[in-house]
Amino acid sequence: MTRRIEIALRVQVRDPRGERIKREIEHFLHLPVERVRTIDVYTVDAALSDAELQQAAAGPFCDQVIQEWHLDTPAARDFDYLVEVGLRPGVTDNVGRTAREAVEYLTGRPFQPGEGVYTSVQYLLSGKITHADVERITTGLLCNTLIQRYTILDAATFAAQRGVPVFVPKVLGEIKTEVREINLEVTDQELMRISKDGVLALTLEEMQIIQAHFRDVQVLAARQKMGLGPRPTDVELEALAQTWSEHCKHKIFAGTVQYEDEEGNRQEIKSLFKSFIQRTTKDVREKLGDRDFCLSVFKDNAGVIRFNDDWSLVFKVETHNSPSALDPYGGALTGIVGVNRDPFGTGQGAKLIFNTDVFCFADPFYDKPLPSRLLHPRRIYEGVVEGVEHGGNKSGIPTVNGSLVFDGRFAGKPLVFCGTAGIMPATINGKPSHEKHIEPGDLIVMAGGRIGKDGIHGATFSSEELNENSPVSAVQIGDPITQKRMFDFLIRARDKGLYNFITDNGAGGLSSSIGEMSGECGGCRMDLAKAPLKYAGLNPWEILISEAQERMSLAVPPAKIDEFTEMARRFGVEVSVLGEFTDSGYFHILHGERTVAYLPVAFMHEGLPPMQLPAKWVPPRHEEPRVVIQNDYTADLKQLLASLNVCSKESVVRRYDHEVQGGSVVKPFTGAANDGPSDAAVVRPVLDSFEGVVVAHGICPRYSDIDTYHMTANAVDEALRNYVAVGGSLDLVAGLDNFCWCDPVLSEKTPDGDYKMAQLVRSNQALYDVCMAYNLPLISGKDSMKNDFYDGSVKISIPPTLLFSVIGRIEDARKAVTMDVKRPGDIVYLLGKTGNELGASEYLALKGFVGNRVPQVDTAKAYKRYRAYHEAVMAGLVASCHDLSDGGLAVAAAESAFAGACGMNLDLTRVLWTGDDGERNDVTLLFAESASRHLVTVRPENRGAFEAAMGGNCFASIGVVTAEPVLTITGIDGGTVVRAGLAELKEAWQRTLKDL
Amino acid sequence: MVKTRAIVITGNGTNCEVEAAHACRLGGFDEAVIAHISDLLSGDLRLDDFHFLNLTGGFLDGDDLGSAKAQANRFKYARVDDLSEHLIDQLLRFIQAGKPILGVCNGFQLMVKMGLLPAFDGNLLQQVATLTFNDCGRFQDRWVYLKNNPASPSIFTRGIDRGIYLPIRHGEGKFVAASSEIMDRIEANNLAVLRYSGPDYEEPTMAFPENPNGSEHAIAAICDESGLLMGLMPHPEAFVHRTNHPRWTREELPEEGDGLILFRNAAEYVRSKLV
Repeated sequence: MTRRIEIALRVQVRDPRGERIKREIEHFLHLPVERVRTIDVYTVDAALSDAELQQAAAGPFCDQVIQEWHLDTPAARDFDYLVEVGLRPGVTDNVGRTAREAVEYLTGRPFQPGEGVYTSVQYLLSGKITHADVERITTGLLCNTLIQRYTILDAATFAAQRGVPVFVPKVLGEIKTEVREINLEVTDQELMRISKDGVLALTLEEMQIIQAHFRDVQVLAARQKMGLGPRPTDVELEALAQTWSEHCKHKIFAGTVQYEDEEGNRQEIKSLFKSFIQRTTKDVREKLGDRDFCLSVFKDNAGVIRFNDDWSLVFKVETHNSPSALDPYGGALTGIVGVNRDPFGTGQGAKLIFNTDVFCFADPFYDKPLPSRLLHPRRIYEGVVEGVEHGGNKSGIPTVNGSLVFDGRFAGKPLVFCGTAGIMPATINGKPSHEKHIEPGDLIVMAGGRIGKDGIHGATFSSEELNENSPVSAVQIGDPITQKRMFDFLIRARDKGLYNFITDNGAGGLSSSIGEMSGECGGCRMDLAKAPLKYAGLNPWEILISEAQERMSLAVPPAKIDEFTEMARRFGVEVSVLGEFTDSGYFHILHGERTVAYLPVAFMHEGLPPMQLPAKWVPPRHEEPRVVIQNDYTADLKQLLASLNVCSKESVVRRYDHEVQGGSVVKPFTGAANDGPSDAAVVRPVLDSFEGVVVAHGICPRYSDIDTYHMTANAVDEALRNYVAVGGSLDLVAGLDNFCWCDPVLSEKTPDGDYKMAQLVRSNQALYDVCMAYNLPLISGKDSMKNDFYDGSVKISIPPTLLFSVIGRIEDARKAVTMDVKRPGDIVYLLGKTGNELGASEYLALKGFVGNRVPQVDTAKAYKRYRAYHEAVMAGLVASCHDLSDGGLAVAAAESAFAGACGMNLDLTRVLWTGDDGERNDVTLLFAESASRHLVTVRPENRGAFEAAMGGNCFASIGVVTAEPVLTITGIDGGTVVRAGLAELKEAWQRTLKDL
Repeated sequence: MVKTRAIVITGNGTNCEVEAAHACRLGGFDEAVIAHISDLLSGDLRLDDFHFLNLTGGFLDGDDLGSAKAQANRFKYARVDDLSEHLIDQLLRFIQAGKPILGVCNGFQLMVKMGLLPAFDGNLLQQVATLTFNDCGRFQDRWVYLKNNPASPSIFTRGIDRGIYLPIRHGEGKFVAASSEIMDRIEANNLAVLRYSGPDYEEPTMAFPENPNGSEHAIAAICDESGLLMGLMPHPEAFVHRTNHPRWTREELPEEGDGLILFRNAAEYVRSKLV
């Protein structure tokens, strides 16, 4: 029988969750709600006695100091409207799972199949509101109808029907194992219909290649021996669609590009990936010679570099944009726990040491209508922030570095970048930890969560633009605790040498992980009937491609399997043997005795010809802004400090545990009041050593409006200059590229595809050029190429965006430098030159312009200066250092000053200028975002040594740190162009996002 | 000489085990063992073989039923495989043997929700207080000043001058007593060990963010009457070296962090009383 247990706060106890909802209703919906209280509901669908239910209610479910419990009687009272929100059937219910385990401990009896505990939350709303208002509150704030369901009752109806009716969100599918055969001997039009209706995201050409494969007489003969006919099964077609999806195969980066530049020069590029990204790493490594520190690049789930003789570092950054657009909380949570599995599944497995995250959103205060299906930017903001908060904090991994970037076009798709680094002993059981192999005969083992219908078609769906019909099934909820348990177990299994190979189960599910592993050894034989399911009723193809979370795939030698499974049992981790790896040359999938897929491994992995992609570069010309020369820029500076891209993100960052694991050295916030924004993070992953890991990033999508070449060059430079600012060494630093593009394939839907493709080519060219100059090998990366929204009439494409992350080392973390000025009397230096480069700056954006003069990177000079600066840091000569980026010198100076609680007097006449002297003016000196610059302070007694260390580089002393808490900047004509108290500058900077 | 042995229990979402063990070693323990709870439930390790128990920070079971609730339930009802006892029997024996336990953050929540704190009259399994959602409604990672109560019986805080500076990292850290009588008794017996205060460690504060969660009486830590059982929301293991401090690049700080004294006191107590 189904029973309801309701847990309510005692009347006199505050309800912070309810208060927060009330604030959000006022803030965003402007509705007069007087009070919001909340109640937790457990729907127990299991054979339990009354005594057992009461024990559960009174024990693990209820904190009797502040709460009271009600069994089968409603707890709600004193409200005008009640809203109950629960999950839809099949959506992962983490609290329900924990509740069920708690009951099992209590009774000592495991639940029977089909029994379960389901959770929901009641919101009791009081105030002068109508049913329509409550509907708005519910769908606008409380409930994402894609994954949740809701009930609204007014007080009278609630009283009349005595509470909320019991509902059990159980998946009720009939037991079936249907395998369909698909007839591909049809017209081209029909082939495309099959692809589209099935969310296969295969092109006509790809469908025709599959069609041709199934006409091959040898193929047919081989299939006949396995009892298969001439038509592909749904399992086979789905497996190919996953393997060949843009998400998994990176077809655009592998395609052949015909590029034409603005002068009409034509060039054929065979694979951007090979021609630029892979070549960057190869050429940098050759240049480094015996100083090369790369251990494993591009071939594994994450890149591996040397940290020192004893340890290796692993790093990967992923995106989870499409799911976050539909369900921001679940999408982002899955994003972070998903990327955790990448370093964990690299080499023999790595312990995770930190997360990074970068989010690109539209303005959360946007107040105009949006196309249907698009969630409001503030819901995306709130959901994504909370999803990553839960995923990171609950996994015990500090979130040490990140950004929030705003642009209206991210309303079409938000970008959610999640990165994770790991560390592993350089050798494990005598073998290099970054290597692994599979022997034919090794068992196919799946560990972790069970398989459900969640995440079906995630890989193929994210390979298309977001539209009205984007599939609900692609969305899922992550479960950090199941994953944490699995990691606790697997790291011990690793140290005992209990497996040969490990990899992540991510996009494409078993189809991708076992497919790729089969590529390692030449085949597999796997029985899908042996896979553990969340509920009955999944077809074999669904089992194969489900992206249900928290799973790893392993190759376990038969001699070790008993020890492996016994250990898993003790750690409470489910593991299943699904078959074995072979060298048969076939991806051989069974369901029970029946063969349901029989595909040559070579066809799966090499069967696809490269895409043909036209690209034509026509440089855009924007209106040349007429910047008004003023006498005083104080008001402009304050406006810039308050702008979304510059303002303090502390209200978000404080929600992320950035110190767990105990090795935090440079935290996200620093300075006299712990509120100045750090440039990069430094952590000590090994607590009895002072060697530190430094991580930083660069991102500047606005520059793409002028030229993606310079957008990319600036992103790479920004990442490195942030890294260098805190003291990162240039002798051991590697890069990671994450491309997020709008669809660059020329088509009816995308008539400017050749321009967008040219933008991609130029971005790659810059990546190669700058990384070569900076000795930055690329060790891993990812691309997400379909970041558009299109509902048939409105199209929103994101600005082409490159997130460039760097990871490296600081020899002695005790020498790290932070951005806050330290004491009055210190000398202020500006390293690097400023030019007439206001193009696409925050300042021009504020004034409503784009401009054309985008900052350009002089890599040779910058690299030499970064090296000299690093020596000065190691010699202890630098008191503070802050990188110049959004908002230029004025913003950097304001931030350093108010972070350090000391004023600053600066003189613009002393700032080094590059270019035509006639273009030099105060506004450009203050706000241009010229690349490669640092604002440094030095104690007067170190002046000589610092200037000697920097000798031969462009740098100038431009002022002094003062005791008076005021920022004063003198213009080139001798007048004061900025003068403001630190408190008012800081207030402007902190106000914008304080309450979000 | 007998080795002093500390144990840190991990598993099901505990996250701070490595730095907690590191702090134990720095504090003077000869050995600090990180034990997965499955090592205890299988009987491979027994609490009896250790002198100091760390219940450290994390998100046990994801805080799904309220922080540490599911683990409190597990501790009470889980059986040990090869012995005819429950885990709780080992834990009670450990306490009866006069051995110290330190609960940090999630570990403090666990101790309070099991009833191990404040445990009036040795009543170890009756919950009389709780730690609940921060008044601000959000998880917070920030540093706090903690005024020491020199009259408290806690063995962990001996020798602390005015107070200590530590990070908090929690969403459910607001201390609430079940009744005013219970709060009175906590105060009367000086069981409130540390309180949130301003930087001068003078007056306890109820103001955010110095008091980050709205704890009643600004309480950040309590102990039992013996002083051997203590729990606190801030993380002492997260400040054992000056580079952990958020302002170490601008202030003259001693090499050793404020949090280490708790582990040093535990090690000294064990060395002088238990081995």
